[in-house]
Amino acid sequence: MTRLSKRSFVQLAGWGSLAALAVLSGCSKEEKTTTTTAPAGTTTTTTTTATTTMAAASAPAAAAAPAAAASGPLKIAFAYVGPVGDGGWTFAHDNARKAVEKHFGAKVQTSFVENVPEAADAERVFRDMASQGNKLIFGTTFGYMEPMLKVAGDTPDVKFEHATGYKQAPNMRTYDSRTYEGAYMAGVIAGGMTKTNTLGVVGSVPIPEVVRNINSFTMGAQSVNPKVKTKVVWVNKWFDPPNETAAAQSLINGGADVLMQNTDSSAVLQTAGKAGKYAFGWDSDMTAYAPNAHLASAIINWVPYYVNAVQDALDGTWKGGGHTWWGVKEGAIDIVSISDKVPADIKTKVEGVKAGLKDGSFVIWKGPITSNDGKEMLAAGTNADDKFMSGINFFVKGVEGKVPGGDKK
Amino acid sequence: MDQFALLVAATLNSGTVLAFAALGLLINERAGVVNLGAEGIMLVAAIAGFATAVHTGSDTLAFAAGAVAGAMLAAVFGVLVIWLNTNQYATGLALSLFGAGFSAFVGIRYTQEKLGEQHTFHIPVLGDIPFVGPALFRQHPLVYVAIGLTIAIAWFLYRSRAGLVLRAVGESPESAHALGYPVRRIRLAALVVGGALCGIAGVYVSVVYTHLWVEGMTAGKGWIALALTTFATWRPARVLLGAYLFGGVTMLQLQLQGEGVQVSSQFLTMLPYLATILVLVLISRNASFIRANMPASIGKPFFPG
Repeated sequence: MTRLSKRSFVQLAGWGSLAALAVLSGCSKEEKTTTTTAPAGTTTTTTTTATTTMAAASAPAAAAAPAAAASGPLKIAFAYVGPVGDGGWTFAHDNARKAVEKHFGAKVQTSFVENVPEAADAERVFRDMASQGNKLIFGTTFGYMEPMLKVAGDTPDVKFEHATGYKQAPNMRTYDSRTYEGAYMAGVIAGGMTKTNTLGVVGSVPIPEVVRNINSFTMGAQSVNPKVKTKVVWVNKWFDPPNETAAAQSLINGGADVLMQNTDSSAVLQTAGKAGKYAFGWDSDMTAYAPNAHLASAIINWVPYYVNAVQDALDGTWKGGGHTWWGVKEGAIDIVSISDKVPADIKTKVEGVKAGLKDGSFVIWKGPITSNDGKEMLAAGTNADDKFMSGINFFVKGVEGKVPGGDKK
Repeated sequence: MDQFALLVAATLNSGTVLAFAALGLLINERAGVVNLGAEGIMLVAAIAGFATAVHTGSDTLAFAAGAVAGAMLAAVFGVLVIWLNTNQYATGLALSLFGAGFSAFVGIRYTQEKLGEQHTFHIPVLGDIPFVGPALFRQHPLVYVAIGLTIAIAWFLYRSRAGLVLRAVGESPESAHALGYPVRRIRLAALVVGGALCGIAGVYVSVVYTHLWVEGMTAGKGWIALALTTFATWRPARVLLGAYLFGGVTMLQLQLQGEGVQVSSQFLTMLPYLATILVLVLISRNASFIRANMPASIGKPFFPG
């Protein structure tokens, strides 16, 4: 009997430590989301306003809304899909958040939650943000579209900003940046640097945005070197460093000597560095990861848009339902840290493209544009409109292969 | 021809990660313990190794740190499942989740760190032979260690007395116990060695293969290694073969995409899994062979009398 009870006690201890282990592992994730949310100094005041405004929203009287605005700084929350330290996409968003704080000082109070999955969890995070009194909420990945739309419908006094999506509501609008302009400028450099006339792109997921970037990259290269062809390898993920490495290696094996990627890590750049080839930084400046291989970084600067959106909200001129798509012209896209290895005439050419995009005299997607199976997609002399741009599912001449699933539409 | 040489080289490189992890798991399972925590162990070792490499600049120390981290986690797992008789599968799953969360947590400040320029390896004379040189003799030393290790483990399991005892513990712990062998300590030792090997595999991913740290970066390699040991019917040479096969088909499908082959990339992404399972199932389709090789007491707890 004693032996048995001793054994069951030991077993209990085992299960207990197992549970502790599980809880601990849960905690380490949870901790990240909670510790990085807003400093809790003003919780009491903000929660009271939040409850009053939410009550007001359901009741016809709307008097509580201006009262909330007058009660303190504008509370702004950001939901990120990755960690702020990813060195790429989320990093760029968080830099813009910091810039907003600096620009507006005491008028705003920002907070963020990182690693918010593109799933049901996102809805809970958005509801939390709204109930904590945030009046302006940014969601920075495509997958937040439905959850944001749902929460926006329930909290009409909160303004929602959704990156890269296409669904809007009276209190929700969308924004994006013209990453393909950066890809084009990188292409110009790639065209000037390749010796084998073969470029390689590691693609993430075959959606129009990525296909557009691959095409623009190729068109940029062809503008200085008509013989260039581009090989594409898909990894079917945004973020998978071992596979990105393998994909980059296979492109190098196939003869590509300048690489580009539309994935979220610096793995491709580092692989190029190891093999003595060239590559680019994407989304953020990645020079430091492989100084010898790095030719330039095509970066996204969210600051102009975020400052603008916050200003709108502060002025009361914020209107939902629209879509903003900014590029070089508005300072949202740039190519930076161009390597000394790039010859001067190519640098001049890049500066020329940048200046042309800025004053509107240069258009990247201008006909004639032919797909790589010989069909004319855009007639000579016409400029592609944003609708055409957002539905690109073909490769231009010079890109090898076919867009996966591209023939379905 | 050069293309093919490079493909072989890339295959050996990417297969090595799986080979280390799967050989480690093979030792565990030969002793009768299934460690589903491999993925978590690999991740923790990957960050431990990466952090060490960042601070010391030494790859050797990085691998040592990763192996120690892997061994320690495996030891904790061992104490839980061997002495406290917790369920091996549930504990393994918990370890895997814990490892993923814990490595992400401690790794936050390392996500943007970078390692120094990487050395290229080149065996003198042999590395200069046309075709064979670039294909086989310009690899990271651990690639050759993996091959040596496979031979060593095969010899240990089938030719040494200690290996016989280890297999006995996995087949029938009661008999081994009756003969006076310390079953629990032998299982723990097997787990620690297996954990260290999984740890080396994790460090290989972060320090040698991709050269960076990001959370969840092993991307399921631990699970593939687990499947591999089973499909390879717990035979070391087959484990190595399966690892290279998986690595090879992964590289081949990427290369085919690069050549513009008109097959959907989603199908090609699936190919390594399909090919590996198919080949290993085909070579192990003999049911009595599987029975002969499968540790009879795998996954079962052992209560000494």
